[in-house]
Amino acid sequence: MTAILDTEANLAELPDDQPWRRALRRLVGRRGAMVGLAVVLFFVLVAVFADHVAPYAATATDWSAVRKAPSAAHWFGTDEIGRDVLSRVIFGARASLMAGVISVLISLSFGVPIGLLSGYVGGFLDGLLMRIIDAMLACPFLILAIALAAFLGPNLTNAMIAIGISAMPAFVRLTRAQTLATKVEDYVEAAKAVGNSHLRIVLRHILPNILAPIMVQATLAIAAAIIAEAALSFLGLGQQPPAPSWGSMLNTAKNFLDRAPWMAWFPGLAIFMVVLSFNLLGDGLRDALDPKHK
Amino acid sequence: MMTYLIRRIAIIIPTLFFVSIIIFGLQQLLPGDPALALAGEERDPQVIQFLRHKYHLDEPLPVRYALWAGGVLRGDLGESIRINKPVLDLVLEKLPVTAELAFMALLISLTIGITAGVVSAVKNGTFIDYGANIFALWGLSTPNFWLGFLLIILFSVKLGWLPASGFVPPSENLAQNLATLVMPAFVLGNASAAVLTRHTRSAMLQVLSADYVRTARAKGLDERVVVLKHGLRNALIPVVTLGALEFGTLLSGAVLTEQVFTIPGFGKLIVDAVFNRDYAVVQGVVLCTATAYIVLNLLADIAYFLVNPRLRA
Repeated sequence: MTAILDTEANLAELPDDQPWRRALRRLVGRRGAMVGLAVVLFFVLVAVFADHVAPYAATATDWSAVRKAPSAAHWFGTDEIGRDVLSRVIFGARASLMAGVISVLISLSFGVPIGLLSGYVGGFLDGLLMRIIDAMLACPFLILAIALAAFLGPNLTNAMIAIGISAMPAFVRLTRAQTLATKVEDYVEAAKAVGNSHLRIVLRHILPNILAPIMVQATLAIAAAIIAEAALSFLGLGQQPPAPSWGSMLNTAKNFLDRAPWMAWFPGLAIFMVVLSFNLLGDGLRDALDPKHK
Repeated sequence: MMTYLIRRIAIIIPTLFFVSIIIFGLQQLLPGDPALALAGEERDPQVIQFLRHKYHLDEPLPVRYALWAGGVLRGDLGESIRINKPVLDLVLEKLPVTAELAFMALLISLTIGITAGVVSAVKNGTFIDYGANIFALWGLSTPNFWLGFLLIILFSVKLGWLPASGFVPPSENLAQNLATLVMPAFVLGNASAAVLTRHTRSAMLQVLSADYVRTARAKGLDERVVVLKHGLRNALIPVVTLGALEFGTLLSGAVLTEQVFTIPGFGKLIVDAVFNRDYAVVQGVVLCTATAYIVLNLLADIAYFLVNPRLRA
């Protein structure tokens, strides 16, 4: 009877002992990661409810308040045509966060399947795919993104595609390396021995076991993608005016650094805070999912 | 050594081939017929026909690639439609400016990165270590064009110490040259310094816990000798090779820095070309940067091979 009770107690405890739960507990224990998560959530909420929290419309101009310094009426000041900088920073969060997430989703949706295929099949196909990825990695990230955005045409959608494609090789390399290490594990051999199809082995036995490093890389890649989107918009290859984005706001601000420096302070500070938060969260996730890493 | 070199160089050939395919492929992303775009508003059929023939647009894609790649191998990267100059000449003209900026940025990042990394590892777990980690996170999270603006507001607008923009060649006035490049070089080197800090710290922590370092301490050697002679010398092996790769990253990072500080280098060339639809220049810059990156990667690997006795054995 006692043995049965013990077994039931062990079963009840089982979910807590699953690696994901342990990782989640470690993540919650990391103060930096939690601060990062809180700031990211704050910006997500601000972006979603921008219509309700922004004091003015993003494109509303006021010719009687051109380049006004921060005040009670305009907390972050106004820009060169009297638009409220705080409102534009709030609406700009939509473009930046959307660009960060969508471009990483593009990288993931191409990079992970290609990496799985390359690592699992191996041989000539692996060699060929790796040479193509080497070639993509040889073109520096930002230069390739600029070139792609230039040839595709300057707008936010094309900027996200350009960033997604430029960031993809890192995911291919990571997924391939993890697949190579996982496909020789005993449980994968066992799955092969019982006659599972290759597709099932890859999707049910390999992919779930390599998700942790991919998640960490994705979180850090969102930070890099947000900076890249800001860079492309700063160069005029991303979000087009008058729609707000932090990068394009900085592009306008560069002409008024001596007369209205606040136009540069706040969009840059917003980029810095979001990117820092994603980096903190990514570092925390890495430590939580891979305790051996220091 | 020779076998390693030959094998390493052999890998470059297919990589360069695929780089050329990617860069040639960029052209195919252009919407519409390039001949129509180049013919202007009048769209004279004879002009369109002439342009199609001149740029081989009437040839099949593989033939066009072979013609373009053949030209590249002979040093013909095409011609700038805006400046009517060979792209290679333009690239060679701008490259020294960007190379000087990237080199200064590398010096700054190596100095800050290695120093911060060593101090952080030696003072592991103290406030100095936390400070270095915060510095690294700050460097990785700050958009360099924004940092450029902040420095311009402080050092040029408020204090008036440094010029906000422009470039003076070193042959003309070295002091002015350094004055115009110090802020951009710091801005450009900042993120690399953060990367190097993290790598140096991690390499130093590993080396300082090695048996030979413990032996050196047990022999009663001065801590400074232990850290600098036994620790840093060995920890620097991966860091130096990383530094070579960072130089490639700095070349591409210069695009934004040159835009902020109006420096007439490689980065400004590609951005101006993008807005003037000067696609041959865009392709030329990407090709040159990628080739430089591949060569630097090769040099880094060779350096790693040469300085690591275990690989040579």
